[in-house]
Amino acid sequence: MRNFEYARPDTEAEALEFLADHQGQTAVLAGGTDLMNLLRADLVQPKRVVDLKPISSLREITAMDGGVKIGALVTLTELARDPMLADYRSLIDVVDGVRAVQVQSAGTIGGDLCHLPNCWYFRNGYGLLGIDGAESLVSEGDNRYHAILGNQGPAKFVNASRFAPSAIAWNAKVRIIGPAPDQAEWVPLEYFYITPKTNGQGNTILKPGQLVSHVWLPDPGVLTSATYEVLQMQGLDWPLASASATLDIENGLVREARIVMGHVAPVPWVAQEAARFLLGNPVNDDTAGRAADMAVARATPLSMNEYKVQLARTAVKRAVLKAAGQWEGVNLP
Amino acid sequence: MAERTIAWPKFGQAQILGKDTPRVYDGAKKALGLAKYAADMNTPGTLFARLLTSPHAHAIIKSLNVEPAKQVPGVKAVHVFRGVDTEVRWEGELIVAVAAERPEQAEDGLRAIAIEYEVLPHWVDDFDLAGAEAAKITDKGEPLKLTKSQGNQKKGDVEAALQEAKYVHKGTYGSAVITHMCLEPHGSHCEWKGDQLISHLSTQNVSGTAGQFAGPLGIEEAAVSINCEFIGGGFGSKFAADEWGIACAQMAKETGRPVRLMLDRGTELKVAGNRPSSLAEVTVACDADGKITAWDSNHWGTNGTGGGTVSLTVTPYVYDPPNRRRTATGIVTHTGPQRAWRAPNHPQACAYTQTAIDDLAAVAGIDSLSFVRKNLDITGRPAVYAAQLDIAAKLMDWQAKWHPRGKGQNGSVKTGLGLALHTWGGAAHAATCLVKVHPDGTVETFLGSQDIGTGIRTSIGVVAAETFGIPMTSVRVHIGSNKYPKAGPSGGSTTIGGVSGPVRRASQEALWQVLDKVAAKHSVDFATLAVKDSKVWSGDKEVCTWKQACSLLGPMGIEVRGEGPKDDGLTSAQVGGVQMAEVEVDTETGIVRMKKMVAIQDIGLVVNRLTAKSQVLGSLIMGIAYALSEERIMDPKTGRFINADLENYKLPRIGDVGELVVEFYEPESEYSRGVIGIGEPPVISPGAAISNAVANAIGVRVPILPLTPKRVLDAMKGA
Repeated sequence: MRNFEYARPDTEAEALEFLADHQGQTAVLAGGTDLMNLLRADLVQPKRVVDLKPISSLREITAMDGGVKIGALVTLTELARDPMLADYRSLIDVVDGVRAVQVQSAGTIGGDLCHLPNCWYFRNGYGLLGIDGAESLVSEGDNRYHAILGNQGPAKFVNASRFAPSAIAWNAKVRIIGPAPDQAEWVPLEYFYITPKTNGQGNTILKPGQLVSHVWLPDPGVLTSATYEVLQMQGLDWPLASASATLDIENGLVREARIVMGHVAPVPWVAQEAARFLLGNPVNDDTAGRAADMAVARATPLSMNEYKVQLARTAVKRAVLKAAGQWEGVNLP
Repeated sequence: MAERTIAWPKFGQAQILGKDTPRVYDGAKKALGLAKYAADMNTPGTLFARLLTSPHAHAIIKSLNVEPAKQVPGVKAVHVFRGVDTEVRWEGELIVAVAAERPEQAEDGLRAIAIEYEVLPHWVDDFDLAGAEAAKITDKGEPLKLTKSQGNQKKGDVEAALQEAKYVHKGTYGSAVITHMCLEPHGSHCEWKGDQLISHLSTQNVSGTAGQFAGPLGIEEAAVSINCEFIGGGFGSKFAADEWGIACAQMAKETGRPVRLMLDRGTELKVAGNRPSSLAEVTVACDADGKITAWDSNHWGTNGTGGGTVSLTVTPYVYDPPNRRRTATGIVTHTGPQRAWRAPNHPQACAYTQTAIDDLAAVAGIDSLSFVRKNLDITGRPAVYAAQLDIAAKLMDWQAKWHPRGKGQNGSVKTGLGLALHTWGGAAHAATCLVKVHPDGTVETFLGSQDIGTGIRTSIGVVAAETFGIPMTSVRVHIGSNKYPKAGPSGGSTTIGGVSGPVRRASQEALWQVLDKVAAKHSVDFATLAVKDSKVWSGDKEVCTWKQACSLLGPMGIEVRGEGPKDDGLTSAQVGGVQMAEVEVDTETGIVRMKKMVAIQDIGLVVNRLTAKSQVLGSLIMGIAYALSEERIMDPKTGRFINADLENYKLPRIGDVGELVVEFYEPESEYSRGVIGIGEPPVISPGAAISNAVANAIGVRVPILPLTPKRVLDAMKGA
């Protein structure tokens, strides 16, 4: 690991000042579960690391504007235990799916939302796009874990965030602060992520000197939700595909639906047609299956990942059934 | 009663031997973090080394300038493994080591090195035989032939047997390359005291590595001290000093400072050994009764640049049909070299043999268990397997759970059963034990052996305590130094027999010397004497305490050496084992979950039941790993080991292993064979047993291990 300067601000404004001093050459430390890996692998080379932990405003969960505001530094464990969040089942499902107590207690929701891709070309030093010269290593290399949707441009990694699908299915917003100390703006999480065309673009709209300070979720009301992650292993493992669904079901019929897939595209993938199909229908094996078919209908698998289409389909079907209270699991441990 | 015969206690009469003995000497140390591994050594002034490795699978070093590294603050030594014009033949090959006051400074040093490569074409695909034959790869300008015949052997008349057979099945089966994934990577801490090299080496070969340091360093073997009190895994990959060990010693010499050089995780996986792959095209046939009549196979795979694959000699595995043809081809790949991996060749051969045979059973419409029973006469241990199958079937509840292939439950989740058989040697290696009996009755044993995690330290204590009739806490066990009497390397399941024989022999002879003194002093007949619960008894009459007995030895006590192996019945070889697996397959995701595994193991005489059982449990878990999730993934494009980390190289956690049931097959007939090593045999069957269970569940064979969701779904789609 290279040497870096360690900064420990007490307020959001101070944090932004620290970021502004070394614009573009800073890293933000939240839970640190991934930043440490990135630093050790020399994939990021910040001159300064700004540790957000002392900033108390980033640790709070409070009611706000007909919803709940969650500080970016709220850990997975805190998130799962907070009574204000008990009705956001799809988020709790994600915490459960992480399974590793270490990551649950150190990892933060803000860190997860900003998690850089796990693409092994990126992690081996070939940049966000996995390009060597002008060639896409991903297209011709081992792409078993890569994108099956939104992969026609140079970006073929999958978005690594585990909370993003559920949060977007809840119509979450994120609060982006900076670069000026008084600058703050709420942005729908759906529009937070981008599919980069060049390595330097990053995979979010965050600009140098900015950071995510809070997430906002609307009141759950009568909505129900669920996340289904296809996890090969029972321990800490990245989902092969995932889906989150948020549903409003009245008199047995779907009135409102949001379905978002994870780990299938460079961004969390909103399955609009699948959600639209459910409107006015009851949720059952058949309708959930048909919605799932629609969610993956436009998939463009790469040379080695056609199986992920089936996994994404299963994730959507099971997330929808689970959100409607019709999923009893596959009697697996 | 004392008899002057070297032997184990009679069946059923042992006090400690064969019982559950916890790791009294080192369990707490390990649990509390007090056990010092090579990776923990940090004597004052220790320098830390980091490695520059090749990012290319195949390249020539065109220029290398390490001078800037030497200018980096804190850097004290730079060691060049491979200089200009050297060819690197796999990603991760070591190029330069830098030692510095702090690890971070060593990394700064590495970054300061200027190196240029001429990148050459590479080949890393171990299953594409036709591609390897057609590939145009050059090696220093010369065409490089990527395929090497590994032999072609024939017995009987395969063609005629195939023609006459009632059922013939053809299929493809294989297993991917896996690594050893030692929790503690390879490496050492080296320090010089005058002309003496003191190396704390993570090794399975305490008595055998001094020469490997002495030769390259130009010093006397007697000047090398090898120390390994604890080792965090080896599995066959840690027998050598290795070039990085020599480099560590050299940098220590050059700087006059201790140096610690441990491989980082990625380099560990890339250069420190792996298990060869194999893919077999198999034709296997049986008669109307289900008796296997013919085997015809051609397999290929890689062991790295050597162009080897799984040995022909274990093909087909366990079964030896009258007509057999076997051929193999090794593929040269630009990948790190193989090293022995727990039961070399057997797991892979089992995985392509007993899957093919299970498919033949399905073709013949005979249930898997009956089919195996019908063919035990062409195995090496028919009676033992037959008895083990009965025990396993009962513990698995096979009869009740069995359904024909693919004819299980409705719904998306299917369960299935599978089984496999294995065999292994496990003979004792050469070793000498020095036993000291002190006048106060305490005992010390000295062996230049090592505890590779198996609990050998405890087992040595068990044998000594059993023999002297004293508690484990009265025995001090010394291993882990090459200054003790020589003991063989821990490989091939040879250690338990290797150490228990010499310890028993030395201890029995020492005991007899003590009892001779007691007999003389108390005027009792030697033949009536025995020690139990730290007291010397003549029949049922207490003569004296063990301590009083030992005080008769005089102030120096006694020292006795025991050697081995000997032909006195203490140790033996050859075991068989049976394993059954029950799995659950989610057919909508291709995820396989273990429900239960039953392992019945032939072991001879059990020394410590707890550690013996741990060996089998560990084997099952390691077997589940290579059956379901772990594999080396070579990226065809970059030629890199692209998942050389602990996130993408997927290993099971406790939640992935299901219920594990272990039972030893140990009637008196087995006990009387003496001690046999079983570190390896139980790791052989899981691949085939689990693959068979998955085929039974979903109705199609997933040909290649590990059975990942991708492979399961691809197989189902192709069916």
